[in-house]
Amino acid sequence: MSAVVAQAPPGVNAGAISIREVGKSYGEGKGRVVALERCSFEIAPGEFRVIVGPSGCGKTTLLGAIAGFHPITEGEIRLDGELLCGPGVPQARPGGDRVVVFQHSTLFPWMTVLDNVTYGPVVQGRMTRDEARERARDQLAAAGLVGYEDLYPGELSSGVARRVEIVRALVNEPRVLLLDEPFRGMDSITKSVMQQGLLELYDRSRVTVFFITHDIEEAVFLGSRVSVMSTRPGRVQATIDVDIPRPREVGVLTSPCFRELVGQVSELVRDEARRAFEAGERELA
Amino acid sequence: MNAKARRTIVRRGILGVLAWLAFWEVGSQLGEWIGVAVPFLDKVPPPHAVVGDLAELIGEAGYWNSWALSLQRVLWGFAFAIAIGVPLALLIVTIRTFRGLFFPIFETLRPIPPLAWVPLAIIFWPTQELSITFVTFLGAFFPIVLNIVDGAAQIDRRLVLISRTLGLGRVGTFARVLLPSTLPAMVTGAAVGMGITWEVVVAAELISGGGNTSGDGGLGFLVWNSYQGGDLPRIVVGMISLGVAGYLSSTMVRALGARLMPWRRAA
Repeated sequence: MSAVVAQAPPGVNAGAISIREVGKSYGEGKGRVVALERCSFEIAPGEFRVIVGPSGCGKTTLLGAIAGFHPITEGEIRLDGELLCGPGVPQARPGGDRVVVFQHSTLFPWMTVLDNVTYGPVVQGRMTRDEARERARDQLAAAGLVGYEDLYPGELSSGVARRVEIVRALVNEPRVLLLDEPFRGMDSITKSVMQQGLLELYDRSRVTVFFITHDIEEAVFLGSRVSVMSTRPGRVQATIDVDIPRPREVGVLTSPCFRELVGQVSELVRDEARRAFEAGERELA
Repeated sequence: MNAKARRTIVRRGILGVLAWLAFWEVGSQLGEWIGVAVPFLDKVPPPHAVVGDLAELIGEAGYWNSWALSLQRVLWGFAFAIAIGVPLALLIVTIRTFRGLFFPIFETLRPIPPLAWVPLAIIFWPTQELSITFVTFLGAFFPIVLNIVDGAAQIDRRLVLISRTLGLGRVGTFARVLLPSTLPAMVTGAAVGMGITWEVVVAAELISGGGNTSGDGGLGFLVWNSYQGGDLPRIVVGMISLGVAGYLSSTMVRALGARLMPWRRAA
């Protein structure tokens, strides 16, 4: 199996994300909700950053702001030094350099797997249809997806659909892959296969990954660094380095070092969840 | 669907029709036989009387001419409803200002029964055929537009976001995401609209002066004319003809839709 994903030239356009003092609020007056407040952190090029935090802490809001799905109200986000959104440019322009994979499939139901995967490069005019198809076949093969090319998404299992979606994202050679709880709701066996598959794709491409999850073991298993976000205001509370060498195999899951890190992250998340819960109760009282 | 499943469906369909015919025959005659009448059905001529009239009509060129005439009016009305309704619906869906300006008018015109349009239809158009076609057009137009507008509201917003992320502009996203997303609603609207053109053809053909024989002048006219002539079995023949025509043409619209949406067959 050859490394079909092009290596990004180091240094330039390598997918460094810089989030500075980002704020996002919805509504006005009494109904105003602050989703993010003075949220700052940096993601290094090629880093696999996992964001964990209680529900409603603004993880998805932050991801959407990077992708350009909605505007931010304060601060700025940069990609490799270029301003994505910030003062004067409230909303980033969506683009193929920051591709999102959601929890539920967003494959186009009316296109075959192959057409879905080649869609990006072809409409961007980066490749001819034939080039894109050849490349897509290689990438699908590398992800263990042979024989699915001419099926429609409605015919795929959720695991296969998700893998196709990740391949579709990678074919665009994004600088950042934005993953919003992509494996949520999968059974544990499928999930473990998916995680392993994602790690293989990551090890080959070394694309910067922004990965949101609720699953702490998943966070530590996948991430180079794990950031714990707090609720209201949504910001990064702590970031933990995961010094487990890559490539990582499932054996890692039982190592003392892994358990130790999981315990550490769990504690931080638990504190945040409790605080969020109490804050919620205060609001209701 | 495999051949076996198809055969089962056909068998059940035939069985259903036969059962209904038996029920109808017995129901309409029960009063005569035992003196206990079945409400409504006792006023309808029994199937064997209708079949007699049908056999008579089938022999008349005028009956087949009615089929041809009605079909022609329905198809033209339907074609115009698609040609005008689809672009209009897409405008309503994509341009908020347009929706604001136009949708209230649309919703006011929609509940007006096609029968109420008949006088205006006569005044509007120079020929009788055009007037009739206009009324059938109205029947198909509203469900087509409404289905697309409702269908577009159900579109998965994330598909639009992903398309923009993958590098498509607004126009491209419209063509490659919005259109295929609304296609199922278009097909449903077309199938419903096609059925309604047959529903309104009776009202539309009131405009028609009829042909040389009682069967001539369209299937809708056949019903109306038979009513005025007091020929009950013939009314029923006309009604059944309209029903069969509507069923067949809606089925064809759906079959065409299925061809346009291969991914739906897959799911």
